[in-house]
Amino acid sequence: MPNQGFRRASILPGFWPTFGFSILYLSLIVLVPLSAVFLKTATSSWSHFWGAIASPGVVASYRLSFGASLAAAAVNAVFGLVVAWVLVRYRFPGKRLADALVDLPFALPTAVAGIALTSLYTENGWIGRWLAPFGIRVAFTRLGVFVALVFIGLPFVVRSVQPVLEDVDPQLEEAAASLGAGRWLTFVRVVFPILRPALLTGFAMAFARALGEYGSVIFISGNMPMRTEITPLLIVTRLEQYDYTGATAIALVMLVASFALLLTINLLEWRSRRYAEAA
Amino acid sequence: MRTDPEVRPTTEPRVLRYGLIAVAVAFLSLFVVMPLIAVFAQALEKGWSVYWAAITEPDALAAIRLTLVATGIAVPLNLVFGLAAAWAIARFQFRGKNVLITLIDLPFAVSPVIAGLIYVLIFGAQGWFGPWLDRHDFKIIFAVPGIVLATVFVTFPFVARELIPLMQAQGTEEEEAALVLGAGGWQIFRRVTLPNIKWSLLYGVILCAARAMGEFGAVSVVSGHIRGETNTMPLHVEILYNEYNFAAAFAVASLLALVALVTLGAKRLLERKVRQDYAEAAATVGLEG
Amino acid sequence: MSIEARHIAKTFGSFTALRDVSLEVKEGELLALLGPSGSGKTTLLRIIAGLETPDAEPPGTVLFEGQDVTARHARERRVGFVFQHYALFRNMTVFENIAFGLRVRPRGQRPPEKAIRDRVRELIELIHLENMADRYSSQLSGGQRQRVALARALAIEPKVLLLDEPFGALDAKVRQGLRRWLRRLHDEVHVTSLLVTHDQDEALEVADRVVVMNEGRIEQVGAPEDVFHHPASEFVMDFMGSVNLFHGRIESGKAVFGQLVLDHPDPTSADGQPARLFVRPYDLVIHTERDGRPGLSARVERVQSAGPQVRVELVAETGEAVTVEMSHAQFRDSRVASGDSVYVSLRDAKIFMEDYSI
Repeated sequence: MPNQGFRRASILPGFWPTFGFSILYLSLIVLVPLSAVFLKTATSSWSHFWGAIASPGVVASYRLSFGASLAAAAVNAVFGLVVAWVLVRYRFPGKRLADALVDLPFALPTAVAGIALTSLYTENGWIGRWLAPFGIRVAFTRLGVFVALVFIGLPFVVRSVQPVLEDVDPQLEEAAASLGAGRWLTFVRVVFPILRPALLTGFAMAFARALGEYGSVIFISGNMPMRTEITPLLIVTRLEQYDYTGATAIALVMLVASFALLLTINLLEWRSRRYAEAA
Repeated sequence: MRTDPEVRPTTEPRVLRYGLIAVAVAFLSLFVVMPLIAVFAQALEKGWSVYWAAITEPDALAAIRLTLVATGIAVPLNLVFGLAAAWAIARFQFRGKNVLITLIDLPFAVSPVIAGLIYVLIFGAQGWFGPWLDRHDFKIIFAVPGIVLATVFVTFPFVARELIPLMQAQGTEEEEAALVLGAGGWQIFRRVTLPNIKWSLLYGVILCAARAMGEFGAVSVVSGHIRGETNTMPLHVEILYNEYNFAAAFAVASLLALVALVTLGAKRLLERKVRQDYAEAAATVGLEG
Repeated sequence: MSIEARHIAKTFGSFTALRDVSLEVKEGELLALLGPSGSGKTTLLRIIAGLETPDAEPPGTVLFEGQDVTARHARERRVGFVFQHYALFRNMTVFENIAFGLRVRPRGQRPPEKAIRDRVRELIELIHLENMADRYSSQLSGGQRQRVALARALAIEPKVLLLDEPFGALDAKVRQGLRRWLRRLHDEVHVTSLLVTHDQDEALEVADRVVVMNEGRIEQVGAPEDVFHHPASEFVMDFMGSVNLFHGRIESGKAVFGQLVLDHPDPTSADGQPARLFVRPYDLVIHTERDGRPGLSARVERVQSAGPQVRVELVAETGEAVTVEMSHAQFRDSRVASGDSVYVSLRDAKIFMEDYSI
């Protein structure tokens, strides 16, 4: 009876039915439809393809989507670390509520977030009215896109760093203290290196999510061509004009970026797990 | 290991502690609390009667109905898939397992707009099956089936992702014991496996349902935005908002926000149970195998 | 019911767990499979249970009472299996756990609910957990859980009981108690039992016969006294109890270890062949002067008298470490102290030749 090859023999029943069904369902719902993007692009000529993905408006959208996502993820990395630190290490009234609310951007439907953020940052909005006198406009500008992306990326860094921070051995910090290190030095030299892999993973996940984000952003961005159009929006407008090839071409660019990020994240998580096991 | 900061010998000076707490609270207030409050405040701005009218108006009711239908189909489908995939992955050894797990996560990595696009490419007028569907007068894109498909796609991994790590941690011993005692496949599943995963399963279903109800980008692409027919609640919110009917838009949005809050509450309640399940799994399988 | 395993081999990827193992378990006996981890004992047990299948080459077979059950599924073998970590169903009470095997029987073979309840109560009394019937496994101690696992396996009236390191995860005291309890249970119930353990005290105390395994092979089969006092190989002697090891060689037909010259029973060994001498600590005697008996000079390093016996640690003339055990009375008579130069003689020993098989 073959021992290796595809699978190890087992006496529990039901492998082929569950495996077969899973593969079938996965293929029908995910793999085959996704392949449509690649197949469709293959049918168009290179120049056509290049025209679709490299036209000025599209390139402007790359700059906005990429730039704003990167900036938002960076902000989330910094403040998310602070939030995680405060939630794990300190006690204060309302901490449990704060901990629960961290997940809200993940749980709240994107359209709801979109209109809520827009209403806050318009010139008459609760926040917008405080910024207007300084000439700072958020709604319908790139700054608005940035703000929306900070919102939706918030949980990723916090939830990535929290478990690692909880597991940091207090004896490490006690050892550093007994050797004469102050808190800042201890943080920089002892604690932060432990957190870094998780922080990177959280950052990458926030970045990936921001790149593809649609609903939270299109209300506050104003969707002005060449200025505040994000890449996903361009796909939608192409579709509305029945330019399937154009839409698919841009989608391909996004997919390649997403998959590259997914791989990076998996690699980061794998590396951080190895780090944790070695420690 | 959490220890009381008051007692630990290594803590930041009080000023720094309070400062960091203030920064964290300010950040959360600005980015999380205020948008949440804004939803409910704007929804009730014009009073209860306007609120009530907005959510009972026929198009709104149709949107609610469609949201529930799409969710009601997507969740059971992904539930069955999640159970099947978790059983195959966590109870057997086979080559390519990690590839399968990564593939299951794919919908998470894909922008929702692309999730809609791919189904348009297949079932849309110019799509692979476009002419065939047209001939048989069966609409998927710009109709309910398309919405259901897009919803299934974006909520695809939720149940599986909750079940797989737990079942892997629990190991196969209880199922093997049941087998040697004479139990058949379904008996093992019903009496041994399901009770052991019930909290994670429930949590995965709640996450799946909440996301299904709130999905916007993917559904927007396949929907066609036909009032009263192919609008889900999030799409209805968009239409109302674009018509400057803010109170109504926020009224419908507040329903979705309530669903989100329920999800957060469920997470809080179930979190402890799920953590217990993982702890028990580690304890029994722990030592040398 | 007797069990026979013939020519069982099993490889997991690149790791060979069993190499052509054959074994017979007599009806009603309690047989221990003893060996270090990786020796293949658990794999053999699981193959007998049907939880693993033997390799096709060589064609291994498992027979119950002479009948070939190799192809029979684990579910249908009617074996009682006790897992190392109990594998109790954590969502069921003690009662429900024990009743499980009876309740999942197909309609035709299932006893009526009342009969099931009676049988379960009987078993709960047998394992002395009368007040715990409604508890869940998380509310039980390790020893209690193990007893429930045993009762659960017995509930289906198995023809054979297979136990996989049942007491491995428990404290020493609990282990000893359960060991004795298991032996008494076996004497009462008389089910053919196969016990896997790495603890030689356990095997020697509990079993009718012991099978010593190492690296996928059977080294020796026999009654506990035989295996302990007449080990068939170096490995068995080394594994069972503590032992002193001396290196030497064959010279002029005799086995030479430093000053110690012994007759070697095997005339076929050539001169120059390396030999090893195995002596139990209690088979060595310490003398203050040489008096013609074969032995070695040694210097006393340490005396440990806190314990049931006195242990004297010495270094022999050959540089090897030696441990001698004696009773407290003998120690008082010998008047040995740390730093003394003494002479150590043998009462009994075994010589094994270095194994040349490649």
